[in-house]
Amino acid sequence: MGFLDPVKGFGVTFGMMFKKVATEKYPEVKKVTAPRYHGRHQLNRHPDGLEKCVGCELCAWACPADAIFVEGGNNTDEERYSPGERYGADYQINYLRCIGCGLCIEACPTRSLTMTNEYELANDNRQVLIFTKEDLLAPLLPGMEAPPHPMRLGETEQDYYVNGPELAKRAQEEAK
Amino acid sequence: MGIEEKLLPNGVMLAGLEKLVNWARKNSVWPATFGLACCAIEMMTVGGARYDYARFGMERFSASPRQADLMIVAGRVTNKMAPVLRQIYDQMPEPKWVIAMGVCASSGGMFNNYAVVQGVDHIVPVDIYLPGCPPRPEMLLDAILKLHQRISEEPLGARRAAKLAEQGFQPAELIPSSERYAKKKG
Repeated sequence: MGFLDPVKGFGVTFGMMFKKVATEKYPEVKKVTAPRYHGRHQLNRHPDGLEKCVGCELCAWACPADAIFVEGGNNTDEERYSPGERYGADYQINYLRCIGCGLCIEACPTRSLTMTNEYELANDNRQVLIFTKEDLLAPLLPGMEAPPHPMRLGETEQDYYVNGPELAKRAQEEAK
Repeated sequence: MGIEEKLLPNGVMLAGLEKLVNWARKNSVWPATFGLACCAIEMMTVGGARYDYARFGMERFSASPRQADLMIVAGRVTNKMAPVLRQIYDQMPEPKWVIAMGVCASSGGMFNNYAVVQGVDHIVPVDIYLPGCPPRPEMLLDAILKLHQRISEEPLGARRAAKLAEQGFQPAELIPSSERYAKKKG
């Protein structure tokens, strides 16, 4: 126990003034998450804008928290939302229940449901936090058309699932 | 019918006071600790150096409810814990706010069973629901900043609230904090 011991503590504080600040600048600068971070869900689209969801409810079955509600509907030739017979007519994810485990993503047979890196979901309204299909559907990219519309990439859904990416690439090159 | 109505256009002085009071309240929110489960680990991180909510005037976690304004319910609330939570809430002085942190506090989450309260809003009024399991520290900061926005809109007193309701006042929509506080370019 020396005479200067109480002062030595301040030396640590003083030394810290010249070190890099560890604090994140969160609200001003958005924190970029890891690319595979489990954030908000997204319902993807085929290259022509038709929905990938086929309304099979496997995501709802896989969900350990019962956060997903799906109701399938039948596609008709006049009103077509997805290639094939069925589409997800009603799709809801309750973010007050969702634990972001990603089991729904693993269960999805068409890679319709994926997760984005968006995480700023807090709200003061419970109703807003039940995301419906409109909130979850991916935005329309150039070359996409909002459903319902007929199949643009081929005659059957096989064209979408087997040749879909190539067809889309070809269509984009033709557009150029 | 006081002197202020004759001196200034109607409501100017008190509207200014409301802003001042709300500014003071929102910049000195002290949270009460209510860590119940894994969310509490994230909540403690927010108090640490890396996220550091002291930047927003929340200097410390108050272990005493009488010195706290904000209750962050972090984790699942069991039926056995519910009366304790309510008592802590009742001991906090007005004005007070509650953040339901994580899905368990918000709605019971994946614990849909006999032991867990299905949402802490069965017990106390919740101001902000924060989903996530557990929410990352940025999400809690986001919830706190959204609460700041709500605090800054609060009417001062019942008569003012009634008047605002009469005028059809709608609280502003909550937008992500990284957009709201984004640095202005240029």
